[in-house]
Amino acid sequence: MKYVRVVVITVVAAIFCAALAASTLAPANYATQFRENPNSPPSHRFLLGTDELGRDRFSRVLFGSRVSLLLAPAAAAISTLLAALVGTVMGYLGGTWEKMMMAAVDLFLSLPWLFLLITIRALLPLDLSPIMSVIVTFTLLGLLGWAASARVICAGVRALRHSGFMINARALGCHPRRLIAVQLLPNMRPILAAQFLTSIPVFILAEANLGMLGLGVSEPLPSLGGLMRELENISAIAVQPWRLAPLIVLVACVSAFQILVSGREVNS
Amino acid sequence: MSWKSLKQLIAFCALALAQCLGQGELHFCLHADPKTFHPLLVDDDASEAIRYLTGGVLVRLNRRSQQLEPELATSWKISEQSRSITFTLRRGLKFSDGTPFGVEDVAFTMRSLMDPALHSPIGDAFRSAPGEIRIKTVGKDKITITFPAPVAELDKLFDQVAVMSAYSSLKERAVLGPFVLAEYKPGSFVALKRNVNYWKVDSSGRRLPYLDSVYLHIQQNRELELSRFRRGEIQIINGLDGEYYDRLQTQSPSEVFDAGPSFDSEEMWFNQVPTAPIPAYKLAWFRSTEFRQAISAAINRQDIVRLVFNGHASPAVGPVSPANHFWFDTNLEAHSFDTGVALRLLLRNGFHMSVGVLRDAQGHAVEFSIVTNSGNKARERMAVMIQQDLASIGIKATILTLDFPSLIERMTRSFNYEACLLGLVNMDLDPNSQMNIWLSSGENHQWNPAQKSPATPWEAEIDRLMRAQASTTEPAKRKRLFNRVQEIVREQEPFIYLVHKNALSAVARVVRGADPVALSPQTYWQIDRMSLITERATR
Repeated sequence: MKYVRVVVITVVAAIFCAALAASTLAPANYATQFRENPNSPPSHRFLLGTDELGRDRFSRVLFGSRVSLLLAPAAAAISTLLAALVGTVMGYLGGTWEKMMMAAVDLFLSLPWLFLLITIRALLPLDLSPIMSVIVTFTLLGLLGWAASARVICAGVRALRHSGFMINARALGCHPRRLIAVQLLPNMRPILAAQFLTSIPVFILAEANLGMLGLGVSEPLPSLGGLMRELENISAIAVQPWRLAPLIVLVACVSAFQILVSGREVNS
Repeated sequence: MSWKSLKQLIAFCALALAQCLGQGELHFCLHADPKTFHPLLVDDDASEAIRYLTGGVLVRLNRRSQQLEPELATSWKISEQSRSITFTLRRGLKFSDGTPFGVEDVAFTMRSLMDPALHSPIGDAFRSAPGEIRIKTVGKDKITITFPAPVAELDKLFDQVAVMSAYSSLKERAVLGPFVLAEYKPGSFVALKRNVNYWKVDSSGRRLPYLDSVYLHIQQNRELELSRFRRGEIQIINGLDGEYYDRLQTQSPSEVFDAGPSFDSEEMWFNQVPTAPIPAYKLAWFRSTEFRQAISAAINRQDIVRLVFNGHASPAVGPVSPANHFWFDTNLEAHSFDTGVALRLLLRNGFHMSVGVLRDAQGHAVEFSIVTNSGNKARERMAVMIQQDLASIGIKATILTLDFPSLIERMTRSFNYEACLLGLVNMDLDPNSQMNIWLSSGENHQWNPAQKSPATPWEAEIDRLMRAQASTTEPAKRKRLFNRVQEIVREQEPFIYLVHKNALSAVARVVRGADPVALSPQTYWQIDRMSLITERATR
């Protein structure tokens, strides 16, 4: 298992490094259209061929990975923070408060968040740059994706609320705020970390879904989701299998995160 | 074989064929939710499709012969130099709910259509001059409608006027067309069922339509539409993308049709609405003719044709497609892609280049956003190509894809957009059908709609020319007047015309009676005679 984790960490690190160094590694700008070479096969000039507009696919995958792999963890951090806040308060207060807050969380979970995202996107200012639009998209994903994690965290807090160290601390007159900050949250760290790691692939896939709907990152900025729109052309994949490159990167990242999470759960 | 046996065999075959053709549920996709089910308020493709499938009209333009054919009216006569039209109606017809059809319904429809409070886009085409219409009924089946001024191609305009019932409690839901609205789930589908009171019969006396129902799936994504076609979930695709056409052609050449250049156009325009919530300096650029001309000159239309449409399109010069042989102005000069010309025009208009960035006289960097509808890959690609073309003259364009309702909201109500890239679907050959686009008071005068008085002298000139051609019956004179409109549009470029796509479509082998043409609605223009053969029969 340890060997697998090392390999996985190496793969994720390699992808992250490549994504971070996209500006250096990419042979062309992600937006440059080589219009005389549309749909080119892989060559020395275009390592993964070109798309319909003649843009270098390798460069776009590098830049797309950067967008998705940097912003998905940020969105995961936002959602985990929110989930920790709501889940801890719910689990700590318990009783009627917990029931009421849980009902609110259930209501939030039942919201058609995709339509909400589409609506919010429609309200975005016109002069928003592609970079800002992708940041807004991931921030929204983070703000909307906390509810499921909050339930898990609430259950964890509920289990710890009546544990011996909590009863002792309460008996010694520890203030609830200190109780949460010093006693509860440090013991919740494994759950929070697992929720954070689980959320990353969820947000990468959520952005990919938005990308498939044409509502993801604005052109010409690539993202893994946006790049996967090429896969809608299923028959072209058989002829040009290099179109699968963004999917392979996505699957590698998501699988790596899942292995890291499962390994962490086993350890904890 | 005796005569009797032969007759029995023929009868058996006819029965078998009738059974095969009998029931059927045709499925195809709409690319957006219909904005309205009111036949007189139709303003978008989806609503147009519903109106075509459900609405009964007095006369119908045969999309193949491009000649008018009688429908609810058995005959018609234009008089008073195209000011007046008299229809003789078919007797004994009923609306879908059983309400009898008569002259009162036609009168009611025309009064509603011309009611300024309704703001009917179709009504604009009849308004060649201010004033009220007069309606006179003679007996139970004759009605004369008189307009304040001559209306050109008056009879053809009625192809788009679906007659509504004056008495039905269902109001506009009572229809005279082959299908009737059965169910609508926003974002999902529109189900139409056979109108049992539809009046047409085939040559063997069988009541039309053959199909039991039509399911219109709301599907913005063209790739998914194609996948559904391949899986047999839908049977027809209108306005097929060039790439998909090529793909389908390699797999199933008998299922794809190229009817040549379509009448539709793809264009881009700048928001010139004075009250639009955009900075004043940007509005000043957008209202500058040189600026629009420069943008137009910087766009490489040939590349768009080649890369976006795989060659299944032609660069557009103006609002009329070359497929429209009569109305197309052959003297219009084709757009040439020339960034040098573009820059010269901009420099002449006070713009200047500063470290690769184009700036206006006040120093503002020239940046604007182009909105288009999400899910339309061709438009998204066109926008990306335009973005790169404009970058070569120092202009930064950002692309914003929006779902269609949000886009329409911005275009027609909030006017919160800078430039828009969309297409125009032409249902009619005659420029009269575009009155609501060209008249400055028109609701569809997209760059600056519903003006109280023309904002510019050239718009005033277009108003005058359009009204003049609409009030003239002489084709050559009308042609001259509309040619002038095309010239003004070519010069002023309120719409920057990009391409005319070819009319590409796909029809599954199970569909019988489809005859794809260039004119909308390409594949299902004779829906009442279309049928599906059963799977057993196709084997």
